Amino acid sequence: MSQVKSVMIVGVGGQGTLLASRVLGSAMLHCGADVKVSEVHGMSQRGGSVVTYVRYGDKVYSPVIDKGEADVLMAFEALEAARFLPWLKTDGTIVVNTQQIDPMPVVTGSAAYPENIIGSVKAEGAKVVAFDALKLAEQAGSVRAVNIVLIGAVAKRLSIDKQVWIDTIKETVPAKFMDMNLKAFELGYNAQEI
Amino acid sequence: MKELLLGNEAVAQGLYEAGVKVVSSYPGTPSTEITEAASKFDEIFCEWAPNEKVAAEVAAGASFGGARSFCGMKHVGLNVAADPLFTMSYIGVNGGMVFGVADDPGLHSSQNEQDSRNYAIAAKLPMLEPSDSGECRDFTKLAYSLSEEFDTPVILRLTTRVAHSRSVVELGSRQELELKPYIKNPAKNVMLPAFAKPKHVSVEERTKKLAAWAETCAINRIEDNHSKTGVICAGIVYQYAKEALGDTVSYLKLGMVHPLPAELIKKFAATVDKLYVIEELDDVIESFCRKNGIAVTGKDVFPRCGEFSQNLIRKCILGKEPAVLSVKEDIPVRPPVMCCGCPHRGLFYALKRAKVFVSGDIGCYTLGASAPLSAIDTCVCMGASVSGLHGFNKARGAESEKKSVAVIGDSTFIHSGITGLIDIAYNRSNSVVIILDNSITGMTGHQQNPSTGYTIKGDPTSAVDLEALCKSVGIPRVRVCDPYNLQDVQSALKEELEADGPSVIISRRPCALLKYVKHKPPLAIREEKCIGCRACLSIGCPAISMKNGKAAIDRTQCVGCGVCTSLCAKSAITSEEAKA
Repeated sequence: MSQVKSVMIVGVGGQGTLLASRVLGSAMLHCGADVKVSEVHGMSQRGGSVVTYVRYGDKVYSPVIDKGEADVLMAFEALEAARFLPWLKTDGTIVVNTQQIDPMPVVTGSAAYPENIIGSVKAEGAKVVAFDALKLAEQAGSVRAVNIVLIGAVAKRLSIDKQVWIDTIKETVPAKFMDMNLKAFELGYNAQEI
Repeated sequence: MKELLLGNEAVAQGLYEAGVKVVSSYPGTPSTEITEAASKFDEIFCEWAPNEKVAAEVAAGASFGGARSFCGMKHVGLNVAADPLFTMSYIGVNGGMVFGVADDPGLHSSQNEQDSRNYAIAAKLPMLEPSDSGECRDFTKLAYSLSEEFDTPVILRLTTRVAHSRSVVELGSRQELELKPYIKNPAKNVMLPAFAKPKHVSVEERTKKLAAWAETCAINRIEDNHSKTGVICAGIVYQYAKEALGDTVSYLKLGMVHPLPAELIKKFAATVDKLYVIEELDDVIESFCRKNGIAVTGKDVFPRCGEFSQNLIRKCILGKEPAVLSVKEDIPVRPPVMCCGCPHRGLFYALKRAKVFVSGDIGCYTLGASAPLSAIDTCVCMGASVSGLHGFNKARGAESEKKSVAVIGDSTFIHSGITGLIDIAYNRSNSVVIILDNSITGMTGHQQNPSTGYTIKGDPTSAVDLEALCKSVGIPRVRVCDPYNLQDVQSALKEELEADGPSVIISRRPCALLKYVKHKPPLAIREEKCIGCRACLSIGCPAISMKNGKAAIDRTQCVGCGVCTSLCAKSAITSEEAKA
């Protein structure tokens, strides 16, 4: 490993993006890499757009990922994938949960949720892996496991040994949720695009 | 052992390793986790103070008492603590003392974008600025040795991206320190004019000595890459610059941002043809260079507002912009909203309906300013809702008093709302103050406060009796209402606005995100009854949306608070069981 890889995590406050970034960061640290993770706290957590950056490599300087720099964009929600598409490298990959959560302007009727937004993202030429992570999380045992399902799908696309991910999840999640989360990881790892 | 720590956690690790005994802070994004992490160490006495001024004075007292001490706050908190800051600069320290302040360039969670480096200049104090978590740990420890060596409080400045980024830190062990003896010394510690005058002289001398130290200290260092272009930077900007420019330029990385090393900068300037100062917010380093006759490029190409990034540096210096993909559609914004079951929601709905002027304050409830509730008229700073309402009513007279209220959270009320309430009682305005008591400091992520009955470590303690407090300062009418009960809220509001004399309404219901709060089962729409009138959408609940012309409730989000049920004229919102 030499070149810095950048994984950008986007979603809606409350979806568990912070835990996802911690699992990613720890897994990368296990590989002996230099790691930086930048988190969002405070005002922006309250149901707003949230962004977390994870970067690893021999030496990482900036903790943030700028436009055109993300190797992987891990999107917990479809609209957020489109919002942060400009941050993806032109040859990067988007892993996106197809779940749609209406933002408040859509709820109040002052804006519309764009139709087939994932199709529009694909039309721009981005490599997109889209699947229903919420359904897989339910299948694993809890809707709250969406983050681990998505980690599974991202893990498959990063050059880090699968066992490292599994060990990191074991260290990070409470024992009573272990089996459910490991199942969620496997489901994500093997997720087929829809 | 290596760990991936937040900058804030690394500061706490530095406090632990430096043998700090007393930490007193007020929570504020992005500084909060310093004190939360410090409270995990049994060796450190840690507390949430009622406000930053108190926190700074507690730390000052601990320093008088011979211990190393710390107070932490966000940038605007330093405004509150500025009074002790300026005079502690004259007094100096016994045990080392550090002010930790976290600025928020880009306003991720703040009401302004002030640059705290100006405080270091104004209060004549040394300021250190780390650029990653490792430096957060190291600079914190260094701050204490500087503090004791130069007899001065030290300011440790972070910015959001340093405070809230994780990077690798090597953990060390704690240096246990004996308490320094306390020796009575009025000429040093009692700032009467006669004693303060000579102290001012010694502060100026101290600044000269610190500037001399800055010339040779290891944290101000040149990275000579044999380039004809040089960059002077500090803090997070160093990381952005390294990312953008790599080894193509030479760097002067400043770990101490006040006082600055004139000779070192001149020496560095002499090695390059073109010299940039890259700094977020104000032109502190740039102005210093110009004052010392050093030609630099700074704010003529870099912005004064907002956060920097590697792309911004590439654009301003190299004229390069990245190729990006983007969709053609307009993407609707997704602003933060009050959570499902938030107890503030019902209250703000009632305020909107009552069409009153709402003097707002700092906290989660500031979100009451956003659509569709759009209930808040003003928001200035902690406590300003209460005193501001008094001023508004004094300006506009008796009729205004019947159409205006202040809203303030429990923690903010203790912080600095109580003094405004005393003003209302003492100087007689018939103002109505609503305390939104959700039993926690919410926005910063659930910190205890003096009204919750628990300390930062979770130990039970005395709790401020808000009703008794308000009565005792001279507010005759104090009542409590439940914000989940709209009728209760509306009648309290109507009666208190009509009443003769000032009043306080305590809207009391714990934050819906608190772990001990038990939620009711989610609600559901009886589609046969729903006429699609959208009345339930007017409370801005993220669980409610329209699907195919009818309201729909997201059962994964709804916590069954029931505020929406009283808005539905057709009784179409019921519990899921009732629906089945």
